[in-house]
Amino acid sequence: MNRIYLDNAATTPLSPEVLKAMMPFLMGHYGNASSIHDTGRDARRAIDEARKQVAGFIGAKPNEVYFTSGGTESDNWALKGVAYANRNKGNHIITSAIEHPAVLETAKWLETQGFGVTYLPAGANGILSLEDVEKAITNRTILISIMAANNEIGTLQPVAAIGALARAHKIPFHTDAVQAAGAIRIDVNAWQADLLSLSGHKFHGPKGMGVLYVRSGTRMMPLLHGGAQERNRRAGTENVAGIVGLGQAAQNAGMFIEENAEKITRLRNRLIDGILSTISHVRLNGDRGSRLPNNANLSFRYIEGEALLLHLDLNGIAASSGSACASGSLEPSHVLLSIGLDAEDAHSSLRFTLSEATTEDEINTVLALLPGIVDKLRAMSPLAS
Amino acid sequence: MYSEKVMDHFSNPRNVGELKDANGIGTVGNATCGDIMKVYLKVENGIIQDVSFKTFGCGAAIATSSMATEMVKGKSLEEALKVSNIAVMEALDGLPPQKVHCSVLAEEAIHAAIEDYRKNQA
Repeated sequence: MNRIYLDNAATTPLSPEVLKAMMPFLMGHYGNASSIHDTGRDARRAIDEARKQVAGFIGAKPNEVYFTSGGTESDNWALKGVAYANRNKGNHIITSAIEHPAVLETAKWLETQGFGVTYLPAGANGILSLEDVEKAITNRTILISIMAANNEIGTLQPVAAIGALARAHKIPFHTDAVQAAGAIRIDVNAWQADLLSLSGHKFHGPKGMGVLYVRSGTRMMPLLHGGAQERNRRAGTENVAGIVGLGQAAQNAGMFIEENAEKITRLRNRLIDGILSTISHVRLNGDRGSRLPNNANLSFRYIEGEALLLHLDLNGIAASSGSACASGSLEPSHVLLSIGLDAEDAHSSLRFTLSEATTEDEINTVLALLPGIVDKLRAMSPLAS
Repeated sequence: MYSEKVMDHFSNPRNVGELKDANGIGTVGNATCGDIMKVYLKVENGIIQDVSFKTFGCGAAIATSSMATEMVKGKSLEEALKVSNIAVMEALDGLPPQKVHCSVLAEEAIHAAIEDYRKNQA
């Protein structure tokens, strides 16, 4: 059975070119980048090169790029690092209700440490309002953290406008760009972001590798204390192979963003339109226009998402769901509930995320299979009649 | 994550649909938790002659509905009431820990349907 992978928001396959770049640093070039000798200097040079590649990818200067263990660490560091460095100025943080758990749970923890957090709701279209952000600002606000693109419904947030607003109020602005990376052009200056999180495995890099961009002059505490790595801000012997892989992945991802976006958008629209025209009682979750090119998130009323996922999986198709059962938690997706879906529709959601490798044949296969699966499950649903 | 038995009962569920001449119907669960089970019974002379279900829920919810209805078919009401969620799980070769509640729901749905039958008879 040919497997069709439409869960690229969860993770992407490592690119062969990235693996090739990493291999020497897993074998021969084993040096510690902090060592003085030549073996160490090989590692140092490779890290410097990767830092330039990442800087080029997001429009930053190399010395503003910090390597981390992934998106979760980057988000934790951004929130905790800025919060603790600015305690003398205030204790208020603004974020949104639809952030990734890496931001939401960090914010909730900061609340237990004496910080106050405003969680702005998104509109029914999954997009935050700039006015809401502005109204939430107080003279005690020390950080605004709003994601660039939502991981579940793909909606793009007005980060450039929020960045300008934050700058005008002299408040540091962090954006979690984990899902945006590789899909849309990231520019830390156009967005006026002071901090920005990336995760390597979302754009064909290695898992366990991330980046936190920190604009020069941003007040920041370290998250990890220890050695002097990453200019004294992030201790720990560098994962040289991982860093090299992430650098290569960033360089590759940056090259074809617009071209890929056009192709992926076309296939994604074919998928959405095909589903909406052949299956009744389906709703598209999140704004139709302002969303990541690769994201289709739909609720199939009267059916639970995990049951849909299992049937798709039996047919070789990998997707994802916001249902509680699929996520392993007791609650359905906080994002879908936040944009106004009732629990039933939130449990009924299915997320397809395409990549540049997705083909028209694959989309046609999904469109051919899905109506039968939906019919079968609706026939046994006590909610459909 | 699921056993072959669970996947079998999920892919080819037994006893799906409504029973037109049911004389006991039980519904349990709610959309908030993500599982709703409805069990239909046709009881004659104290014996479950026929049984069916409709379920909104995950793979485990559908599989436990299927297995539980299989296990009570042809049994007396007293015997059916003794079919526990543990027995349903064992018959399915186990469930992941976070899915145990599905088997509890299946047991409750059978109990609710029997209760409804008894109420109808009273």
